[in-house]
Amino acid sequence: MTVTKNPLRDGWTIIVKRDCATCVMVVPVIARLARELPSLTVYTQDDPTFPEGLVSVSDLDLAASWHADIDTVPTLIFRANGVETKRTFGWLRSEWRELTGIADLGSELPEFRPGCGSMSVDPDVVDKLRVRFGGEILHARRIDIAAAEDEFEAMFSRGLTDGLPVVPPTPERVMRMLSGTSRAPQEVVAIAPPDLVELTVEKIAINAVMAGCLPEYLPWVIAAVEAVCTDEYNMHGVLATTMPVAPVIICNGPGTRAIGMNSGVNVLGQGNRANLTIGRAVQLIIRNVGGGRPGEVDRAAHGHPGKLSFCFAEDETGSPFDSLSVSRGFDKSQNTVTVFTGEGPRCVVDQLAREPEQLAQSLAACLRTVHHPKLPFAFDAVLVLGPEHARVFAQANWSRERVLQEIHTRLQMPGSEIVRGAGGMAEGVQEAFKDATLPKFRPGGLLLVHAGGLAGLFSSIIGGWVNGSAGSDPVTKLVTR
Amino acid sequence: MSNRVILDPTSEKKMVSRELLARPKTITGQTIGLLDISKARGDVFLNQLESRLTTAGAKVLRFRKPTFTKPAPVDLRHEIATKCTLVIEALAD
Repeated sequence: MTVTKNPLRDGWTIIVKRDCATCVMVVPVIARLARELPSLTVYTQDDPTFPEGLVSVSDLDLAASWHADIDTVPTLIFRANGVETKRTFGWLRSEWRELTGIADLGSELPEFRPGCGSMSVDPDVVDKLRVRFGGEILHARRIDIAAAEDEFEAMFSRGLTDGLPVVPPTPERVMRMLSGTSRAPQEVVAIAPPDLVELTVEKIAINAVMAGCLPEYLPWVIAAVEAVCTDEYNMHGVLATTMPVAPVIICNGPGTRAIGMNSGVNVLGQGNRANLTIGRAVQLIIRNVGGGRPGEVDRAAHGHPGKLSFCFAEDETGSPFDSLSVSRGFDKSQNTVTVFTGEGPRCVVDQLAREPEQLAQSLAACLRTVHHPKLPFAFDAVLVLGPEHARVFAQANWSRERVLQEIHTRLQMPGSEIVRGAGGMAEGVQEAFKDATLPKFRPGGLLLVHAGGLAGLFSSIIGGWVNGSAGSDPVTKLVTR
Repeated sequence: MSNRVILDPTSEKKMVSRELLARPKTITGQTIGLLDISKARGDVFLNQLESRLTTAGAKVLRFRKPTFTKPAPVDLRHEIATKCTLVIEALAD
């Protein structure tokens, strides 16, 4: 029977394995301690007959080693009243003497020998141990995959994927994923639309496994999910709309570099695990937990490929501007995700502008076409400014605010041009606005992000969706471990 | 065999399906709620419906969602349910 609690008792404990030269070397020391310390218990990880001639307790299931958090063998521990008060590992003669109070302990041995890795931290077994000894924290229903069933096909046939294969979320993988956060597995992070169900850290971790995330990505997934499940973001509406939009996740802070996110070449494309799997995990969570599936609550007429995943990092180290998150009130040392409801990106080509005014003019002309060149105010946009375009502004000492202001100035649209029927197009604003001047974007409705490869005088525009309280507002959340 | 158990990634909830109520035999005497979801030109459709339903002997009450992008607030749903015998919602798309 598997021991699920810490079996260590008060008094002295030594944990060893035969397959460790240092453990073998200290056998005479252990024999002396067994004579002089009546409370001593010896646990053996790999061979219950070791050390020969001494009574030892088998720790073949590694329960004692796991619960005592043993990294190295040999380890010597003293416990009193249920609390560990002394520990040393490997062989450092002076420490063993000091701990045991035996002044001539191990005189025949060298002063120091490093120990060996504990079997309980062997990468091949650690995931299984985590489930065996900590698996009761998992509450999700367990699904048995029949022996003749292909586990990848099983995920498809149960409707659990986004159309691509997913990593089967075994208890071992989910426990490993949960090691990426300090939050409790049953903590409710958000109420997930459209079914309005409680979304736990465990369910997020399961879907993060399926998406292919590493544990260090999990805090980013959690923050992004928190953000899209707010009333301001309105994930229900983003799903239900017939427009082709989905969460665009923009990551900021030093953590983006720590987890290896891409903010450079091909930033909005394929090839980077963190970018792709964080965005994919958010979509899988909304699909599987929230119940938002295409053709059901998701009513998009066309959708776009970024509905599989749309997540990237801002290039902060190469940027001449403050970052997006700083512009939204956060410190540059903080890790954040900003979620924006966006369509697929499109390219702005201007390879000739060397003056900032010329480039602002080009960007404004292209931004005007977001959703329709005659529709003002209703849709936000993200401008992903490529480094070569940013350089044109930086050389003229234009700040982020100046760039945005110059673009806004160029996007004041005369009502006569955008009224219904003007230009032969039925689409447009009502007749009442024909004498007004209307801005393409509401204040704050254009978000600037610096990202992309170093070569190419291009930028990208990500058009938004109905903005404000009637639709969706961008939401920024802190990423915390 | 390893990896033969997976954890359920869904909410583990079963959706309840409800049967439609019996269709009314006549609209005369019914109190009919017309719900405008606040999308463009939904009012054009509902104005026309109101005219025809009133002519046919129904009492018509008009309701409006704050925005078409979010579900109707609970209070609004409750009000419609308590005041009306029928409801017609105008989807603009």
